[in-house]
Amino acid sequence: MGAKHFGARVKRLEDPALLAGCGRFVDDVKLPGLLHACFVRSPHAHAMVRDIDGRAAIVMPGVHAVLTADDLPDPMRRTPIPMLTPNPAIAVARTQTVLARDEVNYVGQPIAVVIADSRYIAEDAAAAVIVNYDVLDAVADCRAAIKDGAARAHSDLSSNVIARFPLAYGDIDAAFASAAHVFEEVIWQHRGGGMALETRAVLASHDPVSDVLTVWSGTQTPHLGRGMLADLLNRDIETVRMIAPDVGGGFGPKAIFYPEEAVIPAVALKLGRAVKWIEDRREHFLCATQERDQYWSMAIAVDAGGRILGLRGRMLHDSGAFVPWGIIMPYIAAVTVPGPYVVPAYRLETIVVLTNKVPTTPVRGAGRPQAVFAMERLLDRVARELQLDRAEVRRRNFIQPEQMPYAVGLLFRDGKPLVYDSGDYPKGQQAALTLARYEGFRGRQRAALDQGRLIGIGLGNYVEGTGLGPFEGVTVRVLPSGKVAVATGATNQGQGIRTTLSQIVAEQVGCRIDDIVMTIGDTGAIAQGVGAFASRQAVNAGCSAQIAGQAVRTQIIALAARTLGVNESDIDLEDGQAIAAAGNKPTIPFGDLARLAQGSPGVSLPVGQAAGLEHTAYYTPSQAAYCSGTHVAEVEVDHMTGGVKVLNYTVAHDSGRVINPLIVDGQVQGGVAHGIGNALLEWMQYDDNAQPLTTTFADYLLPMATDVPTCAIAHVETVNPLNPLGVKGAGEGGTIPAPAAIIAAIEDALSPFNVHFAETPLTPERIVAALRAAGAYERLFAA
Amino acid sequence: MKPASFDYHAPRQLKEAAELLASLPNAKILAGGQSLVPMMNFRYVIVDHLVDLGHVDDLRGLAVIDGRLRIGAMMRQRDLELSPEIARHCPLLAEALRHVGHRQTRNRGTIGGSLAHADPAAELPAICAAYDAVVHLASIRGIRAVPFREFSSGFMATTLAPDEMIAAIELPIWRPGHGHGFHEFARRQGDFALAGAAALLDVGTGNVVRRTALALFGVAEQPVRVDVAEAALTGKVIDSAAIQTAAAAAWLIEPISDIHAGGEYRRHLAQVLSARALVEAARRAGVDV
Amino acid sequence: MAKQATRITVNGKPHARVVEARLTLADFLRHELGLTGTHLGCEHGVCGACTVLVDGRSARSCLMFAVQAGGCEVTTVEGLTPEHGLSVLQQAFMDNHGLQCGFCTPGMLITLTELLRDNPDPTEQDVREALTGNLCRCTGYAGVVKAALDAAQRLRNGSGA
Repeated sequence: MGAKHFGARVKRLEDPALLAGCGRFVDDVKLPGLLHACFVRSPHAHAMVRDIDGRAAIVMPGVHAVLTADDLPDPMRRTPIPMLTPNPAIAVARTQTVLARDEVNYVGQPIAVVIADSRYIAEDAAAAVIVNYDVLDAVADCRAAIKDGAARAHSDLSSNVIARFPLAYGDIDAAFASAAHVFEEVIWQHRGGGMALETRAVLASHDPVSDVLTVWSGTQTPHLGRGMLADLLNRDIETVRMIAPDVGGGFGPKAIFYPEEAVIPAVALKLGRAVKWIEDRREHFLCATQERDQYWSMAIAVDAGGRILGLRGRMLHDSGAFVPWGIIMPYIAAVTVPGPYVVPAYRLETIVVLTNKVPTTPVRGAGRPQAVFAMERLLDRVARELQLDRAEVRRRNFIQPEQMPYAVGLLFRDGKPLVYDSGDYPKGQQAALTLARYEGFRGRQRAALDQGRLIGIGLGNYVEGTGLGPFEGVTVRVLPSGKVAVATGATNQGQGIRTTLSQIVAEQVGCRIDDIVMTIGDTGAIAQGVGAFASRQAVNAGCSAQIAGQAVRTQIIALAARTLGVNESDIDLEDGQAIAAAGNKPTIPFGDLARLAQGSPGVSLPVGQAAGLEHTAYYTPSQAAYCSGTHVAEVEVDHMTGGVKVLNYTVAHDSGRVINPLIVDGQVQGGVAHGIGNALLEWMQYDDNAQPLTTTFADYLLPMATDVPTCAIAHVETVNPLNPLGVKGAGEGGTIPAPAAIIAAIEDALSPFNVHFAETPLTPERIVAALRAAGAYERLFAA
Repeated sequence: MKPASFDYHAPRQLKEAAELLASLPNAKILAGGQSLVPMMNFRYVIVDHLVDLGHVDDLRGLAVIDGRLRIGAMMRQRDLELSPEIARHCPLLAEALRHVGHRQTRNRGTIGGSLAHADPAAELPAICAAYDAVVHLASIRGIRAVPFREFSSGFMATTLAPDEMIAAIELPIWRPGHGHGFHEFARRQGDFALAGAAALLDVGTGNVVRRTALALFGVAEQPVRVDVAEAALTGKVIDSAAIQTAAAAAWLIEPISDIHAGGEYRRHLAQVLSARALVEAARRAGVDV
Repeated sequence: MAKQATRITVNGKPHARVVEARLTLADFLRHELGLTGTHLGCEHGVCGACTVLVDGRSARSCLMFAVQAGGCEVTTVEGLTPEHGLSVLQQAFMDNHGLQCGFCTPGMLITLTELLRDNPDPTEQDVREALTGNLCRCTGYAGVVKAALDAAQRLRNGSGA
């Protein structure tokens, strides 16, 4: 049977409602008697909270409550938010309490909450809450935080170093001792955020009759959230239902569990009313988790031909004020450095540091962009010093396809050895270079120079572990109406999971896509779930859909064969009908089969027949699925202003077998936009007192339609041998090597001036400063 | 981010608006709202009364009178962008308008609002500086005419009295055949400029400059006329060397410095953009530089 | 502060209400009228998720007050949607993968409705410049641009499909 839906550019089922303005985001959900919340947040990066006075606020008309930590139930009153990713390398697994009690450790940390008839009134009242603080010294920069005598991020912790872990394999000393060349680079990336268009949102309502606490949250992980909330309220998880409705973008920050997701339900319970909190953008800038503050000092040892002998260095990672996701991100960064290259020896010391800024957790790329940036800058340095073409240096160092599966020599964050399951890196790079017309670029560059224009080209490669476990379940059930009900713990923030899973189920079960009724992101619909992060849903939920769909297919065929009196091999399934290929081709619709599968009251089912036509599968991957790709960026630089324009962008992308090319291309294109933002625009800045400085969209710059060209995309499919679909994840690959390719292209454009950069975002001002230092302007103005 | 409470007033006549401004405590004018309302939503600005000038017909209108283009303060930037009179008589203004924010902000934003808000990176105040515009201010005391150089008084500051509003702006029209140049540098399309230059050139026979104006925005606390550059050009033959020398004078401006750009960089941009604007103005005036 | 009366025509239908002066037009549309298609992404006039047409011109509804919009005609994304099916522009978005999470989409549709009305044959650059007032964090804009150009062509051809 040829694939009808799998691999097709099926238009998205999600679209019609969203286009008509009928999406249902948390703030669109209406409940009777709804009250609104506004949090009182610390204006200081580090302070002791002496007292909180809500007396002026509580008497304002329309105000129902002013609550602090002491008003919350146990255990959330005192117990910090559980940390889901422990690691023995973490010295102190410090997470925050849902409302700060005695100490606040970042600007924006919630201290109290006001509940009122409207958000307008709640904000009025929040402004009237008086909090007395003893302001303490704050530490803003992780480089300062590791020094002796640095201000302490937490007053009770004598050191700001929260974790320190070495990663190593091979004989690194021998590698460097024997090397023909050793090059060193200092590389850094600045903080930024996911910045989804929809801010966070929580709506909670308790039904006293059933004792079910229902929470709508703009989260990527409702099952995890439900578990956290149940723990913090000391309730059975069966009495807590968390629903992630339409969510306006995730990108990582919405995967973690936030204090507000605990406080709002607690308030709903306490007041016996439905309560809603919609984060505003300023709060989002202060309190939604961020990423990317990392400082690397690296050295690469190569032979005379530019082949890598070893890599070593140190990475300093800013965790912010807490470690809600442990050391996942710096760990991912540390093991991503070798990438698609043969690195015989490796040693990286990673130091994770607390500062008084909002915590860092995975944001699209999850530490990999930083690692790839470091590696690709080192390779470009090798190319420059040895006067080799940059693509050629990479070619000489690639892991070859016949070396798959390839054991890197490290453990990945999924607990398993880092073994690339499949991939053809030389083919991917060549595909990108061909599509980008890399060979002819020098000619184009010379022609542009004749016209007074500086253009440059750069490339970057990456390998990304996706499809992480533990599982994502799918239930498939044929309904008496003939429709096929599907439930999954997978969630949707724009990646089109409803469409891709429908394609898989329709393919297996033999129904029409339009006959599928799917429930997504609702803990009430499927018992266990994890959620969206680490580009895992296509692999985990996709394979579960495949397995469950196949199982139901088998049940349908068996029942249809029995019912129609033919061999199972004579049964075809098409568009919701079982058709016997024999005789006058009798058919029986799925709905009728579903009713038959219920049996008759008091009568045993035939031997071999299960109850109903349904199956729940929780596919569990044995390890991560490794994607890879190559990006080629072409830029133009105005060397007088430092202005950079991305002219062309090419991606070769291997995410295994592709379920829906429309959606995968969309993920790549969207990921590249984040990458361009990281490379050129996005910089979350703080002052020396850890006060955030860029707290509006006028100060924190997101790429606009005039900043992101349409990518040319080449698909390379190396099938994942480890899962039934052969798929890998696709959500982050567009971002990961983009800063590397773009910065390399800028350097290339400015090669007449021989300036070099190893930081992002690379601003026009930095470019001009480097050009000035290189003497570019000496003959221009009599300054 | 909801604003604090206020009372809303929508006068229909200029006189009524002036009386409201004089009598209401802690009152602010609502023009386009594109600068004021964000600040109200952040609660950086808290007002007790908002006087919406959107229904005051006296504050609209566009006419050429005695060699001056008179623009009502409440004219929406989008309408000015589409105006054939502005395109014909004040092409520098027409070009600058295309760089002001985005379509959505120009649909509502007004020229009066932009001048009163006095953001140093805004285009319209700089254009008024280049043209030596005259700003007409209205209050219960009547109307007074203030040259733009006196109207602009510092960082986001003007000499508007608390109960005064801008009624109209007059731009003297330059001789047909004059050249104009406009260059700004912003991080993204429509962003406030990190620096920008607006130039007007009236070139006579033999390519001798009869008159010139060079205004910078985004560089200093308020828009600045580069008097030294203008003096260097006026009365002399214009060529690329003269332009480079004049543009170099932009280094003398005292720059502002913030998280978007430091002072040295703004000075550098001022020189680069001054040169580009002057070259463009010269070419438009018919000089081949 | 006392509430005030306002009367706004939204999607062709007049609505008279008494509201606080500080109630933004966006909140009026979403919560007074239940038209939740218009979204709030920043409330400071940059992201464009709240874009509506006011007297036929695109405007940020987070920067207007309901009382200020009295006497105006407002069009929201609901007003762009036909009773059955999708408009030409909406269908072009669906055909060209012009949306992912859908949060910015209503604002995009409004801005592009204005563009295509004023400029029926835009270039790609025209479309991109028109969209600078609408931020998208999901699509990287390529699908939106394609959809706009596709819709423009279909509208020029006069085809409703």
